[in-house]
Amino acid sequence: MKSIRKQVAAWARTSSPWAIHFNSGSCNGCDIETVASLTPRFDVERFGVMLHGTPRHADILIVTGAISKQQQDRLLRIYNQMSNPKFVVAVGACAAGGGVLQGCYGVLGGVDKLIPVDLYVPGCPPRPEALIDGIVKLLGGIKGGK
Amino acid sequence: MPKITVPLGPQHPALKEPGNFMLILEGEEIVDATLRLGYNHRGIETAAESRNFVQATYLIERVCGICSHAHATCYVTNVEHIAGLEVPKRAQAIRVVVGELERIHSHLLWLGVAAHEIGFDTLFMYSWRDREHVMDALETISGNRVHYSMNTIGGVRRDISKEDLDEILKKLSVLEERTKYYIKLATQEPTLHARTKGVGMLPTKEALKRDACGPLARASAIARDVRKDDPSLVYNQLDFKVITSDSCDVFGRLYVRVFEILESVKILRQVLPYLPEGPIAVKTPPKIPAGEWVTRYEAPRGEDVHYVKSDGGTNPARVKVRAPTLANFESVAYMLKGDQLADAPLIIAAIDPCFSCTDRATLVRGGSSNVELMKDLRTRAIEYYKKKGIDFSKVS
Ligand code: SF4
Repeated sequence: MKSIRKQVAAWARTSSPWAIHFNSGSCNGCDIETVASLTPRFDVERFGVMLHGTPRHADILIVTGAISKQQQDRLLRIYNQMSNPKFVVAVGACAAGGGVLQGCYGVLGGVDKLIPVDLYVPGCPPRPEALIDGIVKLLGGIKGGK
Repeated sequence: MPKITVPLGPQHPALKEPGNFMLILEGEEIVDATLRLGYNHRGIETAAESRNFVQATYLIERVCGICSHAHATCYVTNVEHIAGLEVPKRAQAIRVVVGELERIHSHLLWLGVAAHEIGFDTLFMYSWRDREHVMDALETISGNRVHYSMNTIGGVRRDISKEDLDEILKKLSVLEERTKYYIKLATQEPTLHARTKGVGMLPTKEALKRDACGPLARASAIARDVRKDDPSLVYNQLDFKVITSDSCDVFGRLYVRVFEILESVKILRQVLPYLPEGPIAVKTPPKIPAGEWVTRYEAPRGEDVHYVKSDGGTNPARVKVRAPTLANFESVAYMLKGDQLADAPLIIAAIDPCFSCTDRATLVRGGSSNVELMKDLRTRAIEYYKKKGIDFSKVS
């Protein structure tokens, strides 16, 4: 019985994951590629992914950019507002570990310094294809119960 | 009626980047607006001082992902001037090619974002689909879609081959066709007119007073374009128009940007087939002689100003970036006043704000004898502008 419930939940989660995009101090490069992945040539909505404005509706938090010290409390707040289960995708070299901005005085570092990250998409910036590939892998992981 | 304050940002669906606007409302009308910046401050200028001149190029490029070429060009031009390097003509032409492609991609991006803000998502999808042609062209030239890293001190890093050239020219024709469609849309579509005409008014007088730049100034009938006023690279040999509009509203900004895409296509047609022969870069010494230089460049959003100082070592002694968005923010606060709350995201989007470009230093350093804190500098600036009749004291 329990396993059926789990299966249904996993099916629901992987069929329509809603995402929220948070810019934590990115140079915009990763942001425009994230938005580009929604547009006709790439169309991430094929996988049911939709970008949403409010963290309370979102399952996936897409973070771009190294965390600037001004943004760290805001990121934590957004993360805490999301309901469980939630997944974090760190997009770009900056979000993964600071990238070129490593060691800047206004920068805390990668996203994993603050919140647990489920998936890293490397690149500066990653191509929309890479981002879609990452999200599909994440969905595969969720389906597998990881 | 009681006044209420509505915060917009730093995280808000209408803002793609962190910034904060405090809107004071009376009913639906915005009576006052203040803004707060700095959420994206990373400390790139200080970081550039700990890199050598070549490394700093790629760091400065990452000030902004949309107009990265503008920033990098500005920076390398400064260093080349200090070092007294003569940049080959071919490299200059290639810089113009990438710069104009960047302008097209940025304007199409803006068109999409603005359409999204007025709820016209079909146009958003259309313009971003067409933008992919430019992205392809940029990828063919540089190998990357966003940070092209084409510039190096003394020239460019990659050449454009004959085959690539033909491919890009073919793409330009498609783009031109599509842009004409957008022009038709902008001039005939009644929903677009209803949402943009008379919204976010910035009369010429106010724009001048607030030192607006770029498409925002041009939409207020000020023919200000660094490519014409202070031409660098090969811009003085090119034939193009400075597009202006006297409607002074969001529609004017739309009009200016769409027509600028056509002008950029015209420039590319004049440069691409006639790339001068020769080398693409000259050798650079690792140490740059002492000196300082300021360069202006017309980025897609307006005038971008960079300052570089060298003290004769391998690293820059000081790098300063003044991005166009910073110059335009005072106008935003003005434009918001008197408009409806529902139009606020559109008015903010209309200047094509780029917060990552804008969020710069909090501390200004002089010699050890005259360390000047931002606080004092701010007070002085507020007094200076008060005399000109603008009140900056509410901007924090
Ligand atoms: S990874 Fe590159 S493109 Fe992405 S935010 Fe960092 S510098 Fe910009």
